[in-house]
Amino acid sequence: MANVLVFIDNPGAALKKSSLELLTIASTLGDAAVVISGVLQDGAAAELGAHGISTVYVPSTRDLDDYLTGPKAAYLAAAVAASGASTVLLENSFDAKEIAGRLGIKLNAGVITDVVGVDADGTAHKSVLAGSYTTTAKSRTGVSVLTVKPNSVVPAEPVGEGTPEIVTVEVPADAAANAARITGRTEKPASGRPELTEARVVVAGGRGVDGDFGPLEELADVLGGAIGASRAATDAGWIGHDAQVGQTGKTVSPQLYISAGISGAIQQKSGMQTSKVIVAVNKDAESPVFEIADFGIIGDLFKVLPQATEEIKKRRG
Amino acid sequence: MNRAWKAASKTVEETLKIVVLVKHVPDAQFDRHLSGEHNTTDRAESILSELDEYALEAALQLAEARGGEAAGNQVIALTMGPAAAVNAVKKALQIGAFSGVHLSDDALAGSDAAATSLALAAAVRHLGAEAPVDLVLTGMASTDGETSLVPAQLAERLGLPQVTFAATLDVAEGRITARRDGDAHSDTIEAPLPAVVSVTDQINEPRYPNFKGIMAAKKKKVATLSLADVGVDAAEVGHSGSLTVVESAEARPPRTAGTIITDEGDAGIQLVDFLAAQKLL
Ligand SMILES: Cc1cc2nc3c(=O)[nH]c(=O)nc-3n(C[C@H](O)[C@H](O)[C@H](O)COP(=O)(O)OP(=O)(O)OC[C@H]3O[C@@H](n4cnc5c(N)ncnc54)[C@H](O)[C@@H]3O)c2cc1C
Ligand SMILES: Nc1ncnc2c1ncn2[C@@H]1O[C@H](COP(=O)(O)O)[C@@H](O)[C@H]1O
Repeated sequence: MANVLVFIDNPGAALKKSSLELLTIASTLGDAAVVISGVLQDGAAAELGAHGISTVYVPSTRDLDDYLTGPKAAYLAAAVAASGASTVLLENSFDAKEIAGRLGIKLNAGVITDVVGVDADGTAHKSVLAGSYTTTAKSRTGVSVLTVKPNSVVPAEPVGEGTPEIVTVEVPADAAANAARITGRTEKPASGRPELTEARVVVAGGRGVDGDFGPLEELADVLGGAIGASRAATDAGWIGHDAQVGQTGKTVSPQLYISAGISGAIQQKSGMQTSKVIVAVNKDAESPVFEIADFGIIGDLFKVLPQATEEIKKRRG
Repeated sequence: MNRAWKAASKTVEETLKIVVLVKHVPDAQFDRHLSGEHNTTDRAESILSELDEYALEAALQLAEARGGEAAGNQVIALTMGPAAAVNAVKKALQIGAFSGVHLSDDALAGSDAAATSLALAAAVRHLGAEAPVDLVLTGMASTDGETSLVPAQLAERLGLPQVTFAATLDVAEGRITARRDGDAHSDTIEAPLPAVVSVTDQINEPRYPNFKGIMAAKKKKVATLSLADVGVDAAEVGHSGSLTVVESAEARPPRTAGTIITDEGDAGIQLVDFLAAQKLL
C-alpha cells in the first residue's frame, strides 16, 4: 500500500519534467505509487521504475480521453481506494485542477491548488492574490489532494532500475454518465521551444512588438527560453493565445522574465511578478512595468533586443 | 441527482433559464490583504469579479437570441457572500441580468471551494425547484480565489455535464457546443443541457451598464436566501464545513524597482552585462 499517489495524465513515451517534479515531491512524503490515464508505454514504465515507483495503476478502459475531466476523476477516486493513499498529487493544469476538484467532492477530501511546496506533514505552500501573499494551507480530511505548479522543485535523479507492477483499476461503469464529450480536436504546431510554464527564461512581448515577434524569438533562442505575450499581443493575433501570460493566461515564475513592449497592467503582472529576475524594455519611462523590474531599459525594443542577442552570440564565440 | 434536473431534452425554439454565478471580490487595482484569525480576504473596495462579466455577457447573448425576457427567458445573477456582496448582483442587474439572488448567511464566512460549491449547488437546486435551470454559467476563475475549482465542483455536486473554459459557446436543440483551447490542442466539447459552463475572457466583449440599464436595475428584484431557505446545514459550510484550512499568510515584500537606464546606444550590451552578473547567461 502506498500513502502517496501521483496522477499522470497520458504520460506518453517519456515523462514530462512536471511529472518528475511530482515524483520528487511524492518521495519526500512517503511511499509513492503512480496512477495514469491512457496506456503505459515501455519508456515511461522504465522511467517510473528508475524513480523507485513499484506500482502503477492503469485504467480498464481507453476512452477516458473522449470526455472532459469528470470520468478521469471517477477513475482516480477508484485508484485512491485501491492504493489506500492519503495524499494525491496532480499537476496544476486546467484539466488537472478540475480533476482534483471533482475528486475532492467524490472523496470528501480537501483540495489545494497552485501549490509550490509541500512539507513532510502535508502542509502546502502557495502564493495567492497574484503573488502578493504566501500562505500555508492544509487539508482537514483523511485524504488531501494537491495540484503542484511546475518548477516547484528540482526533479530528483533516477535511483536505479526497476519494473513497476501494473495494476488495472476498473473505471466505474457510470463514470461517463453526464460527462461532456470531446468531439473534435485540432492539434497545434509545436514551437520547439521549452514549455512556457516550465521554462527557465521567458521573453515576453506586448503591443510594442507591433506584430513582429522576430527579435524576441531570436533572443529567446540564444537564452533557451520560451516566448510569452501580453493579452494585447494575443488579442491582436500576432501570437497564439497559449503564449499569454497573466491573470487569464499562464502564471510563470522563471529565473528570468524579459518583458518587451509591455506596459505592465495589473492583469499582466499577476502572471509574472513571482519571476526571479525581471528585465523590462519599454519606450515609455512612465510604464508601470518599471516599478517591478530589476533591470529596466527605457528604449526601443527593436534596437535593444537585437543588440543583446548579438552580444550574447559574440561572447559565446 | 436532483429531481429538478430530470427535464427532458429541449427542442429548438425553447427558452432558456440561465443562472450566472457572480462573485464579489476585492478590486485588484488596489492593494489586497489577507487578515484575521482565518486569513481571509479583506472585502473593502470590492467589485463584481471582472471575469464573471464574460459569463453574464454570454448569458445575455443566449437569452437575447431567443427573444429575451419578454419571450420567457431568464438570466438570474446569483452571488454567495456577505451583505456587501449584493453589490455584485446589483452591478449584474445594471449590466442586464433580469433578476438577482443573494445567498447570504453568517455561517458561510470562510467557505473554501468545496463549501462554496455545496452552498451554490443548493441555491441552484432551489432556483430550479419550480422550473428547471438549463444552464449555470460561471467565470473561468474568481479573481481573488483563482482556483477555478468551483465550476467543476458544482458540476460534480449537481451531477451535471461540465463544460469549462469555453472560448466559444453555442446552444442549439438542447445541446451545448463549445471550444476549449489547450496548449497542445484545441477541443470541441459537446454536452446536453442542463450543464455547468465556465467561460474564458476570449468568448466575448462584455457590455458596460448604460444609463437605461442603471435606471432599469432599480426596478429589478434581488431575492435574499439564507442557508435554511436552500436547505443547507450551517455546519456543512463556512469554516466548519471547509475541507481545507489556511494556516498562515504572509505578505510578500512588494517588488521594488532596480536599476533603470535610458538607452544611449549600448543598452543591449548593458543588458548582457547585467545577465552575466546575475549568472543568467
Ligand atoms: C479580464 C481581463 C483579463 C486580462 N488578462 C490579461 C492577461 O492575462 N495578460 C495580459 O497581459 N493582459 C491581460 N489583460 C489586459 C491588460 O489589462 C492590458 O490591457 C494588457 O496587458 C496590455 O498589454 P500591453 O502591455 O502589451 O499593451 P499596452 O498597455 O498598450 O502597452 C504597450 C507598451 O509598449 C511600449 N512600446 C511601444 N513600442 C515600443 C517599442 N518599439 N519598444 C519598446 N516599448 C514599446 C509602450 O510604451 C507601452 O508601454 C486583461 C484585461 C482584462 C479586463
Ligand atoms: N461566492 C461565489 N458567489 C458566486 N459565484 C462564485 C462564488 N465563488 C465562485 N463563484 C463562481 O465560480 C467561478 C470560479 O471561481 P473559483 O473557483 O473561486 O476560481 C467564478 O468565476 C464565479 O462565477
